[in-house]
Amino acid sequence: MVVFKKPKSLTDVPLHYCPGCTHGIIHRLVAEAIDELGIEGKTVGVAPVGCSVMAYDYFTCDMVEAAHGRAPAVATGLKRCMPDNVIFTYQGDGDLASIGMAETVHAATRNENITIIFVNNAIYGMTGGQMAPTSLPGQVTQTSPYGRDVNTVGLPIRVSEMLSALDAPYYIERVAVNNVKNVKNAKKAILKAFKNQVEKKGFSLIEVVSTCPTNWGLTPEKALQWVDEKMIPYYPLGVYKDRGAEAKEEK
Amino acid sequence: MSEKVLMKGNEAIAEAAIKAGCRFYFGYPITPQTEIAAYMAKRMPKIGGTFLQAESEVSAINMVYGVAGAGYRVMTSSSSPGVSLKQEGISYIAGADLPALIINVQRGGPGLGGIQPSQSDYFQAVKGGGHGDYHLIVYAPASVQEMADYTIKAFDVADKYRMPVMLLADGTMGQMMEPVELPEVSANEIEKPWAVRGTNCARPHNIINSLYLKPEQLEKTNFDRFEKYKEIEKNECLYEEYMTEDADIVLVAFGIAARISKNAVVEARKQGLKVGLIRPITLWPFPSEVLNKTADRVKGFISVELSMGQMIEDVKLATECKKPVRLCNRTGGMIVSPEEVVESVKKLLSEVE
Amino acid sequence: MAKVTFNSDLCKGCSLCVAACPKQIIALAKDKINAKGHSPAEITDQSKCIACAFCATMCPDSVITVEK
Repeated sequence: MVVFKKPKSLTDVPLHYCPGCTHGIIHRLVAEAIDELGIEGKTVGVAPVGCSVMAYDYFTCDMVEAAHGRAPAVATGLKRCMPDNVIFTYQGDGDLASIGMAETVHAATRNENITIIFVNNAIYGMTGGQMAPTSLPGQVTQTSPYGRDVNTVGLPIRVSEMLSALDAPYYIERVAVNNVKNVKNAKKAILKAFKNQVEKKGFSLIEVVSTCPTNWGLTPEKALQWVDEKMIPYYPLGVYKDRGAEAKEEK
Repeated sequence: MSEKVLMKGNEAIAEAAIKAGCRFYFGYPITPQTEIAAYMAKRMPKIGGTFLQAESEVSAINMVYGVAGAGYRVMTSSSSPGVSLKQEGISYIAGADLPALIINVQRGGPGLGGIQPSQSDYFQAVKGGGHGDYHLIVYAPASVQEMADYTIKAFDVADKYRMPVMLLADGTMGQMMEPVELPEVSANEIEKPWAVRGTNCARPHNIINSLYLKPEQLEKTNFDRFEKYKEIEKNECLYEEYMTEDADIVLVAFGIAARISKNAVVEARKQGLKVGLIRPITLWPFPSEVLNKTADRVKGFISVELSMGQMIEDVKLATECKKPVRLCNRTGGMIVSPEEVVESVKKLLSEVE
Repeated sequence: MAKVTFNSDLCKGCSLCVAACPKQIIALAKDKINAKGHSPAEITDQSKCIACAFCATMCPDSVITVEK
C-alpha cells in the first residue's frame, strides 16, 4: 500500500529551486489539497514574480503568470468571470507584501473568494538575496549589508496580523514548513483555505514561513532551525482570522 | 436597425461594449471618462455582468488580464495619467497574446496636466506604450457614432488577432452629445482553445504567460507576433479621404482635430485654396501607403494635432521627404480653430509656390 | 513490509530527509553522483524502516515514495 507519493496535480517537470528550498514542500501541499478536494480540472492558479515565477510549469491545472505583485488582481478577474472555478495565487513576500500590497489588501477587503498562498522567507531570492518587507531587524541582505536598520527602513510587516485587522477577509492563518509537525499543520491550513473557496466562504490567505538556505547563507538543515529560532518568534504561528469560528461562537 | 438616440461619447462606448458582448468592466475614476464607469456600474448588474471599481488603474488592467486569459470579452477605460499606469498590464496582455479593449479618453499632459481634451498620448498609443516590442491596434473615432462602431469592431478585431486594442478618444469626444444608432450585434465570439477555464482533466494545462527565459524563444515569439502585425497592416488599416482629388495641400488629422480640419477644408475652398484631408481612423496601423501616394501629386502636408506634434513624425516617415510636412497645433487642452488651420495652409502655400 | 524508494535523478542532496528520519537510516550516497551533479539520498537499512513518511514529508522535490 502506498503511504506517500508525489501528488498527481504536480507535473513531472523538475523543480528549479535550490537544494533544500521549502517552496517544493509548499507546492506539494497545494497539489495535495487540489487532489484531495478533486478540483484539479476546475482550478486555475496564478504564479507571481520571484523565485516561484515558474510555478506555472509545476501544477497540472491551468495557470496564469502575473506581473509582479498583481496576482490578487488577476485572480479577481478570473474569479469574477468563473465564480464556480477554484482560483489560487502563489506569492512571495516581495510580491505580496511590497509591490503588491494594494492588490492584497483590496482583494482581502472585498472578501474575494480566492485562496492565497503567501510564502514568507524574509528575503528576495530570485534577484539574489535583497531585503524584503519581511526581513527581520538586523538581518543582513545584499541591500542591507550592515543589517536591516529599523531607523531608516522601518520594521518588518506582519502580513497576517495586518490583514486580520480588516473586517472582511474570511480566513487567515500563519503556518511553517520547517519540521514534520509544522508541515502537517500547514497541509491542514492549505486544505482548509481551498475548501473555504469551494464552499464560497470568501478570502483565505495562508502565510507559510519558509526558508532560503542559499541567500540566508545556511545549509538547508540550519535554515530550518533558523525558522524556529528567528522567524517564528517574530512571526508567531496560528489562526489570525476565522470568521467561520467567530460565527459559531456567536450562536 | 434601431432608432437614433442622443448620447454622450463616453456612454456610447459603454453601451456599444455591452452590445458587443462585453460583460466585464474594471476601472478607476478619472476625468474626463468617468461616465463610462458610471454607465457600466448601472448597467452591468442588470444584465448579469460585472462592474468592479478597482483600487487603482494598475489593478484594473490586471483584472482585465485575468478575464482576458479566461477568454471572455473585457474592457477598461481611463484617461491619460491613468493609461500611463496601465502600461505595465497592457505590455503583459500584448506579451501573452490576449484580446482586450482599453479606452483612453485623453486629457492634457505631461504629469497631472489638465482635464481638457488633448491628443498628446499618440506616441504612447501607437508606439507600444509599455516595455518591449509590441503594438496595439488603435482606433481614433471622430464622432459619437464612431465611438460606438469602433468599440464593437475593436472587440472582434481583438479576438481575431488575439491582441489588445485601444480606442483613442479625447475629452471632447467623450463629453459631446450626438445622435447615435446602436446596432444590434449578434455575438461574434470565436472559440478560444487557449483560454484558462480549467482543464476539466481532459487536456494538458493551458498557461497564460509572457516569460521566455531562453533568448532564442523570446526572439521567435516576437518575430511571430510581428508577422501577425504585417497581416494587420495589410487588412485592418482604415482612413477617410476628403476632397483630396485636386488638393494642393493635404491636412492630416484624427479624432476631434479631423472634424476641425474638415471645417478648415470647407473654409479654405471658399477662399479658393485647394485643400483636402486625410483622416487616419486606425492610428496603428497607420495609413502610410495612401499618404505616400498622395505625396506624389500634392505640394505639402499639414499635420493638425492637439499636441506638440506627434503624429507628424509618422506623416513624415510615410511621405519619405517627398514634400514638406508642417505642424498646426494647440496643446494643453486648447483647441485649434479652423481659422488657424487655414492660416497655416496659406503659410505653407507661400513657401512652396 | 515498509519500503522507501527514491527517484534519485530528481534528488538535490539537501539532506532534509536525512535529518527527518527517526531511525537514522537515510544518508547521502558516498559513491554516486546523479545527472544533476548531486549525491542523492539513499536508504541504508530498509529493514528498519517504519513507513512513517517523515522523509517524504520534508522532501521539497517529491523524490520519495513510501509503501507498506
